Amino acid sequence: MLIKTGVPTEGDIQRVTPSPERMAGGPVAVIECFQKIPCNPCYLSCKQGAIEEFKDINDLPGIDHGKCTGCGICIANCPGLAIFVVDYTYSDNEGLVKIPYEYLPVPEVNSRVAALNREGQEIGTARVVKVQRIKGQERTPVIWLAVPRDLVMSVRNIRVGGQQ
Amino acid sequence: MLKTDIAIIGAGPAGLNAAISAASMGAGVLLLDRDEFVGGQLIKQTHKFFGSREQHASTRGIDIAGLLHEKVKEYKNIELRLGATVLGYYPDGVITAEYQGRLLKIKAQRYIVATGAAEKSLPFPNNDLPGIYGAGAVQTLTNVYGVLPGQRVLMVGSGNIGLIVSYQLMQAGVEVAGIVEAAPNIGGYLVHAAKIRRAGVPVFTSHTIKEAYGDSVVQGAVIWQLDEKWQPVPGTEKDIKADVICVAVGLTPLTELLWQAGCKMKFVSQLGGHVPVRDENMMTTMPDIYVAGDVSGVEEASAAMVEGKIAGLCAAASIGCSTGEFDELRSRALSQLAELRSGPAGEKIRSGLKLLV
Ligand SMILES: Cc1cc2nc3c(=O)[nH]c(=O)nc-3n(C[C@H](O)[C@H](O)[C@H](O)COP(=O)(O)OP(=O)(O)OC[C@H]3O[C@@H](n4cnc5c(N)ncnc54)[C@H](O)[C@@H]3O)c2cc1C
Ligand code: SF4
Ligand code: SF4
Repeated sequence: MLIKTGVPTEGDIQRVTPSPERMAGGPVAVIECFQKIPCNPCYLSCKQGAIEEFKDINDLPGIDHGKCTGCGICIANCPGLAIFVVDYTYSDNEGLVKIPYEYLPVPEVNSRVAALNREGQEIGTARVVKVQRIKGQERTPVIWLAVPRDLVMSVRNIRVGGQQ
Repeated sequence: MLKTDIAIIGAGPAGLNAAISAASMGAGVLLLDRDEFVGGQLIKQTHKFFGSREQHASTRGIDIAGLLHEKVKEYKNIELRLGATVLGYYPDGVITAEYQGRLLKIKAQRYIVATGAAEKSLPFPNNDLPGIYGAGAVQTLTNVYGVLPGQRVLMVGSGNIGLIVSYQLMQAGVEVAGIVEAAPNIGGYLVHAAKIRRAGVPVFTSHTIKEAYGDSVVQGAVIWQLDEKWQPVPGTEKDIKADVICVAVGLTPLTELLWQAGCKMKFVSQLGGHVPVRDENMMTTMPDIYVAGDVSGVEEASAAMVEGKIAGLCAAASIGCSTGEFDELRSRALSQLAELRSGPAGEKIRSGLKLLV
């Protein structure tokens, strides 16, 4: 259970996963924020109006995946680092995952890094496609990772180089 | 004797906001802090804050300190003195401070005490070994002075401080061996917990530290599981090697000045210990003393900032300062505060405040 382990369960993840049709339609945000806390920058940062207005600052974020373009601006603005963008249309056998990454060194574009799941276990290799710096949140780079398609909903962190 | 309208003790988020609000009402403000820099806890906080935009959510704590400092500088009627430790409050309404090796006497019409909170410690065998720190000390060493406390840290406590300091240590290149939490559930925000879990750090809920060990410095700890009645279960011991044990088991308000001044105090465990009884305007039972921030109940910077605003506005109004906007500013701040505390995460604070205000 999330509150005991800190790792969201499969059920938790399912509830916030976009529909298969939407996933097939290109990049889209997955908001892995499961607890009511007084926080709302995700809503304020989304220019597309995809994240519903908070009636109460403690609300859970609600997202209209149809309006979301997968731009990733919310990724760097979420103080909980709880938002990811997934894209199943990246290539025939690879999908894209965009993650916030606040460790040094920042990986080099085209380098290969260890792909980690929500428990920090290594589950494969990812190729760094791009390092995106969102305006005003330059110190939370958004790393674009190409990973095998079946790992798109599992990869949520990376390990770069010799770092433990 | 220095004379001023309002003297504010502590230049953390609460004191800085109190100073800005009181000065915007036209009051002369003397802002004192014992540290050499403004910001209080904020300067150690390299992570992005929660809360709402109005309280600078998504901005890193240290940057919030900078923003507030700039704002303070805009006011000619705020005098800031750093390195000034307030020592006592006297019955004639005078406070004393140690400042650059001198003793200052200060007489203000109103005082706003915004001294923050101090860390609690935890008793366990060998907890006096070198290498066992409070989380605040670890944060100060790492984030303010750039000194790593060690190579492998065992964190005790999974509240927001334990979770965030673990994250910051990893960012600094220190390994975190695990987080030990006596309660059955993680105490801090789950988004913070998820962040350190996906970096591979285990969280041992329903566990406590049995003992630390090491010859002359700490070399590790034995932890064990707790049952539903919080009793340790023999046979569940785990040995965890670490050269630092970081204790993050909560804060308690720094209230000495308030006790000494004779403010009525009350023990409210939800607020971290003894806290001053005060009204909605943050006035204590002494009409010349207001409070704001963690000293009035351990909470969050977002709440501390809004309380600071309320205390600043109301203390200034109480000595006859006025602006046309006072009522509106005050009621907006009060509703912001209510909103921040309205969710499940604010339940503890709400129940504590019921006993107090
Ligand atoms: C690791 C960590 C993470 C946190 N994360 C968040 C977060 O994400 N969001 C959030 O909203 N809050 C967060 N907080 C909480 C927040 O930092 C505090 O609630 C807030 O700083 C309290 O503000 P304050 O002004 O009351 O006290 P402080 O910030 O503690 O400031 C008190 C000031 O008073 C000064 N002082 C004390 N005694 C004297 C004296 N006798 N004379 C002169 N000066 C004195 C001190 O030097 C200090 O500068 C976090 C705290 C920690 C430790
Ligand atoms: S990815 Fe872009 S469009 Fe989608 S929710 Fe985030 S900010 Fe809005
Ligand atoms: S900004 Fe992030 S942590 Fe805050 S409510 Fe939105 S998703 Fe949750």
